[in-house]
Amino acid sequence: METALFYDRLQFAFTITFHYLFPQLTMGLALLILYLKSRALWTNDEHFNNAARFWIKIFALSFAFGVVTGIPMEFQFGTNWAKFSELTGGVIGQTLAMEGLFAFFLESSFLGFLLFGEKKFGPRVHWMASLMLFLGSWLSGYFIMATNAWMQHPVAFTVTEDGIFHVTSLWGLLTNSWLVWQYLHNMTAAVATGSFVMAGVGAFYLLSNRHTDYAKTFLRTGVTAGAIASLLLVFPTGHENAKQVFEHQPATGAAFEGLFQTERGAGMILVGQPNMETLTIDNPITIPWGLSLLVYDELWAEVKGLDAFPRDEWPDNIPLLYYSYHIMAGLGTIFIAIMVPAMLLLWHGKLFKAKLVLWGILLITPFPYIATTAGWMTAELGRQPWLVYGLLRTSEGISPLVHSGNVLFTLIGFVGMYFLLGILFLFMFAETVSHGPEPRNAGGEAPVVHSPY
Amino acid sequence: METFWFVAVALMLAVYIVLDGFDFGTGIIYMFVAKTDEERRLTLNAIGPVWNGNEVWLIAGGGLLFFAFPKAYASGFSGFYLALILVLWLLMLRGIAIELRSHLDHPLWRPLWDVTFSVSSLLLAVVFGAAVGNLVRGVPLNMEGYFHTPFWTSFLPGSEPGILDLYTVSTGILSATVLSIHGAYYLAMKTEGDLHQRAHRFAKVGGWALIPIILLNLLSLKNVQPILSANYSAYPIGYTIPLAAAVALGLMLYFCQKGRDTAAFFASCLFILAGIGITAWGYYPNLLISTTNQSYNLTIYNSATSAYGLQVGLIWFGIGFPLVLAYTMFMYRSFRGKVTPVSLHESY
Repeated sequence: METALFYDRLQFAFTITFHYLFPQLTMGLALLILYLKSRALWTNDEHFNNAARFWIKIFALSFAFGVVTGIPMEFQFGTNWAKFSELTGGVIGQTLAMEGLFAFFLESSFLGFLLFGEKKFGPRVHWMASLMLFLGSWLSGYFIMATNAWMQHPVAFTVTEDGIFHVTSLWGLLTNSWLVWQYLHNMTAAVATGSFVMAGVGAFYLLSNRHTDYAKTFLRTGVTAGAIASLLLVFPTGHENAKQVFEHQPATGAAFEGLFQTERGAGMILVGQPNMETLTIDNPITIPWGLSLLVYDELWAEVKGLDAFPRDEWPDNIPLLYYSYHIMAGLGTIFIAIMVPAMLLLWHGKLFKAKLVLWGILLITPFPYIATTAGWMTAELGRQPWLVYGLLRTSEGISPLVHSGNVLFTLIGFVGMYFLLGILFLFMFAETVSHGPEPRNAGGEAPVVHSPY
Repeated sequence: METFWFVAVALMLAVYIVLDGFDFGTGIIYMFVAKTDEERRLTLNAIGPVWNGNEVWLIAGGGLLFFAFPKAYASGFSGFYLALILVLWLLMLRGIAIELRSHLDHPLWRPLWDVTFSVSSLLLAVVFGAAVGNLVRGVPLNMEGYFHTPFWTSFLPGSEPGILDLYTVSTGILSATVLSIHGAYYLAMKTEGDLHQRAHRFAKVGGWALIPIILLNLLSLKNVQPILSANYSAYPIGYTIPLAAAVALGLMLYFCQKGRDTAAFFASCLFILAGIGITAWGYYPNLLISTTNQSYNLTIYNSATSAYGLQVGLIWFGIGFPLVLAYTMFMYRSFRGKVTPVSLHESY
């Protein structure tokens, strides 16, 4: 059983991490495409339509990979986590079923219009399709976050004698206090991913002196959105998230920060390696009083360390949790350090000549992916050893009759399959970028664009 | 209330089979009827705007099952572990094949994805048919309501069957045949010229092959799962469903002979819906039948979520489902009509 649990967890972690690489880009781009389409409709400038078309192509590519890697997520609740599904389906079944009904149909129907409908239905319908896609993808994110928020901070339920959870208020489930900041934090991160990729492609074109008109549009849009998103990620969304973790999951918060002993005026550790033998941090570099100030807005406030909690309620991989949290927070700081100066340069009209900054924007492109992955590892490892925080242990959730050998088999299969998918995506992405936005024809009429099929 | 959700889940999954069924069917016959690269692109364009939306019906149907009957969802999905993961891999390969095939003009790239698309479509049609076969035949549920079946044991239906046995393989073949003809009608309806001719001819010949396969399945059904007939004996009104299926089958063949592909396609939709209806009518109120002990059966009563959960679900389902129907019809209306070589160049 022990190994089955390990493989079940590894498979879910692997498949969800890989899956989420795609939706974060589509959710972020959905907003930016809506902006480009709105500009095009407002100003009647074909330039913005061309720019939007290019990003719709990237969006569709990422969307397709998101769909095919997303189906296994719903399936795995049943296949690998049958006991969890049986016990909590009475609550999270609500949000997951609503996601299918309200979000997926919206997205998949209107993607067809966005891809095939521009010429046939005209600019207004095409703009509406981009709006619907934005709503659909952000609604999808909302229902998933509502599900996760319930696992992090269960509300609006009762447990019957057989251990089964039942929802008592759908409204309560959808307005979970935990959900507000978690959702905003996550969606801001998705906007960061989308805008960093857009800015990165713009920087790539500008530095290689190709499609410079489009490059400037991409940079303007990407840098502005990226700078705003980077700031919002730290404050207020990140800050409020950390606060609610310390309030509702104090052991998790202590593990984030590597705080083994309860302290007054606790410092915030910037760098250092958790030592699980001695329960200390090796080679720490600390901001004195930092943590007390961050959590309680008070220099001498007491922050509970891990020693305040029974050991079987500690997150089961504290070093990894600690690193995930620090990588997320550290990258967030770096994002601000690059994007905010870039935005100031943009305002002063100097960005397009600032080669060094453009290189920075280009090279930072993959890092939002790392930050969001680390962020999700922070949330999910932080919830351990619970599936439903404080109520249902992870070890109690797996399928009773699915053996470790079967799970290892499918885990290996998923690794192989996703390796292939990853290569294909990068290849197609590079293809699309090297092809570039379709230039306008000489006569000024709309370009001939081929069907993607 | 439980009955309502049984019908809702069955309806979602039936619509899934009808919709994704025609793009599976199109995939199965793809290599035979679409010979040139242009014909293949036309075929993919015929399903291009809709295949993704079709697949959402599976996810939504699964989500609805999870919400209304969590116990049955947990038991069924973990019991068919390997088969379901296989379905996932096939769905992935198939989706990627459709999306990537035409992105690159290379003599090795396109045939690779053509074969992937076709083979994964065929296997999916067989697996979904076998899945229905498994539900009908029953699975070795234990006292806790769980089971785990290997892919095969002795290939014979019994108390410890595998996922594949003679019966479920025969339902798999039935499903692949029905869906390939369904796909051929769709393709004939959506195309012109040689491609249309070949799809039409395939449907015409295939339609006749359907009859012996259906008869074989009906005959073996009585031996494999006798309890399915109980509801029909108790409520003879149910016999209208097989009657509707027979009429739909007759219409399918008739319209196909007359060359009225659109009418034949809709008759085929009706036939598949009625076929699933036959099973659902006999199956009610079970969700999973046990081969070891009938008292272990998972029914809509012992698997349902709380009364409040089912009731509050009515609110969002009442809002969401009409919206879904509206999007779906809007989309199909917008992309109605034949795909032509000209349409390959005006996607924007």
